[in-house]
Amino acid sequence: MNQARTNPLNTAAMHGALILYTLIALFPVFVILINSFKTRKAIFREPLAMPDADSFSMIGYQTVMKQGDFFLYFQNSMIVTVASLFFVLLFGAMAAFALSEYRFKGNTLMGLYLALGIMIPIRIGTVAILEMMVATGLVNSLWALILVYTAQGLPLAVFILSEFMRQVSDDLKNAGRIDGLSEYTIFFKLVLPLVRPAMATVAVFNMIPIWNDLWFPLILAPAEETKTLTLGSQVFIGQFVTDWNAVLSALSMAILPVLVLYVIFSRQLIRGITSGAVK
Amino acid sequence: MTALTLTNVNKSFGKVHVLKDINIEIEEGEFVVFVGPSGCGKSTLLRVIAGLEDASSGEIRIGDDVVNMTPPSKRGIAMVFQSYALYPHLNVRKNMSLALKQEKQPKDVIDARVAEASRMLNLEEYLDRFPSELSGGQRQRVAIGRAIVRQPKIFLFDEPLSNLDAALRMNTRIEIAGLHAQLGTSMVYVTHDQTEAMTLADKIVVLRDGRVEQIGSPMELYNNPANQFVAGFLGSPAMNFFPAGLVTEGDDRTMGVRPEDLYLADDGALSVHVSHVEKLGGDTNVIAKLGDQQITARLFGQHDIAEGQSLSLGFDADNAYFFSPEGARI
Ligand SMILES: Nc1ncnc2c1ncn2[C@@H]1O[C@H](COP(=O)(O)OP(=O)(O)OP(=O)(O)O)[C@@H](O)[C@H]1O
Ligand SMILES: [Mg+2]
Repeated sequence: MNQARTNPLNTAAMHGALILYTLIALFPVFVILINSFKTRKAIFREPLAMPDADSFSMIGYQTVMKQGDFFLYFQNSMIVTVASLFFVLLFGAMAAFALSEYRFKGNTLMGLYLALGIMIPIRIGTVAILEMMVATGLVNSLWALILVYTAQGLPLAVFILSEFMRQVSDDLKNAGRIDGLSEYTIFFKLVLPLVRPAMATVAVFNMIPIWNDLWFPLILAPAEETKTLTLGSQVFIGQFVTDWNAVLSALSMAILPVLVLYVIFSRQLIRGITSGAVK
Repeated sequence: MTALTLTNVNKSFGKVHVLKDINIEIEEGEFVVFVGPSGCGKSTLLRVIAGLEDASSGEIRIGDDVVNMTPPSKRGIAMVFQSYALYPHLNVRKNMSLALKQEKQPKDVIDARVAEASRMLNLEEYLDRFPSELSGGQRQRVAIGRAIVRQPKIFLFDEPLSNLDAALRMNTRIEIAGLHAQLGTSMVYVTHDQTEAMTLADKIVVLRDGRVEQIGSPMELYNNPANQFVAGFLGSPAMNFFPAGLVTEGDDRTMGVRPEDLYLADDGALSVHVSHVEKLGGDTNVIAKLGDQQITARLFGQHDIAEGQSLSLGFDADNAYFFSPEGARI
């Protein structure tokens, strides 16, 4: 079994394949980054060339900083993403704990009902959601987005987390009960730390679509003070003229925070995987 | 005084009836062992006593109090699990003291009890380690220590030794026996290892399919089993069963003779064909065919017996047990 891992030829092939995949995946990001530092002419003349003394320009970044309240958009996106992830993880984990730990009538049915959302895209309900948001006066507030994204993330979160929570040792939870821990303490102190890798997975899965979403910000919160980054960048894309420098610069900057969040979560992910394997 | 009384306890999971009319009394300071085949409901019974499962019907009394509605932490019990179930994020000291902290005991009481328990179990060096930094045997001792510090009225053990290797198992078994002598607290111990059952127990409860088959001291059960199941379950190697008709013409009962009660005899009642011989030095186990029944004889000392040879085995009439076709003792 270990032979496959130690054979140098296999190792080389494996690394080769992974490196190739990494290159393919990173290429578009790379192109965006280098072009964001070039003049408009240079972008179109030689899109794949590195910026040199001739073609180097910060004009895109300057435009972005000047026009629109870029930092506000940035902050909005950050608030929406982090708050949505927080609620998805909190409520998802709580629901998953209830489904996996307690026997009650309709337990399986409830689990299926919650999992149903995985198959139905939430955008189908856009009109109804908009009506609801109008009725509750939440239109043009960040809460509208946070609520929608939380709802969108919950089904998969509940599904994945309840599967993991079933594997947490019953004895451990029972030992806690005998020692007088409350169900809340058992949940937060004993179970949650043990499903941390699963939580990281759910967070990563949910983070990118929320950060990149254009649909719901456009419909539910298009006001200037609640614009998200993706929506804010649209001002540079016109019907006739598109300010490519600005668009590329905005996108480059938008990548950064997701990258940071991803690094935080993937640490957890890898730690979870290896701690299980090495044991 | 009785420490624990179970009266007509039943437990069902949905349609599955797991425990059926369990009646057991456990005296103060008694060491009681539940034995039975896998899946017979031993763990479920222990969990009902602990309050981790509610009994479907019946009464559970600890000391003088009916505890059916009392949560596990208030029942005055402590439990040791097969998988140790130590809190992975707490070090040994905190693992042991958590329950006392929950009870809001003063700090000096907690420290004194943890010190006492870790001295008893030789855990003093490890108090600041985390469970992942301990060996299996040490983890189990921490789990036992966590139970001791609570000073419970009853200890509950669910197969505490089955994850340990043979040598460690024997040592820990002796430690548990020593602990019982020292603390004098009632202990309920679940196992399917009959050596543990015979050596530790003041009283053995044999369970099968959620029913109590027999309750008694180890020697009572060994010498005077109530039925064929108990006779076959206790004793190693297990008792031999064969139709009594093979010995006495026309007898339709089942006859049972323990392997250690069989001996070589020139004109013995049983003529068998040896199919396998296990030479253990002190003992020799002969596995043989009697017609199409398998018979095991445990002979004292060393014997030159070859596979395939014929052998004549005898036994004293006093040592034969008889059972009806339904398995009841006659
Ligand atoms: N939560 C549950 N839901 C449904 N059935 C259960 C549940 N827990 C246990 N059972 C059933 O109850 C029976 C007894 O289980 P239990 O764990 O008490 O057996 P046991 O005697 O401890 O066995 P072992 O020696 O293997 O530990 C089994 O048939 C099991 O399938
Ligand atoms: Mg069990």
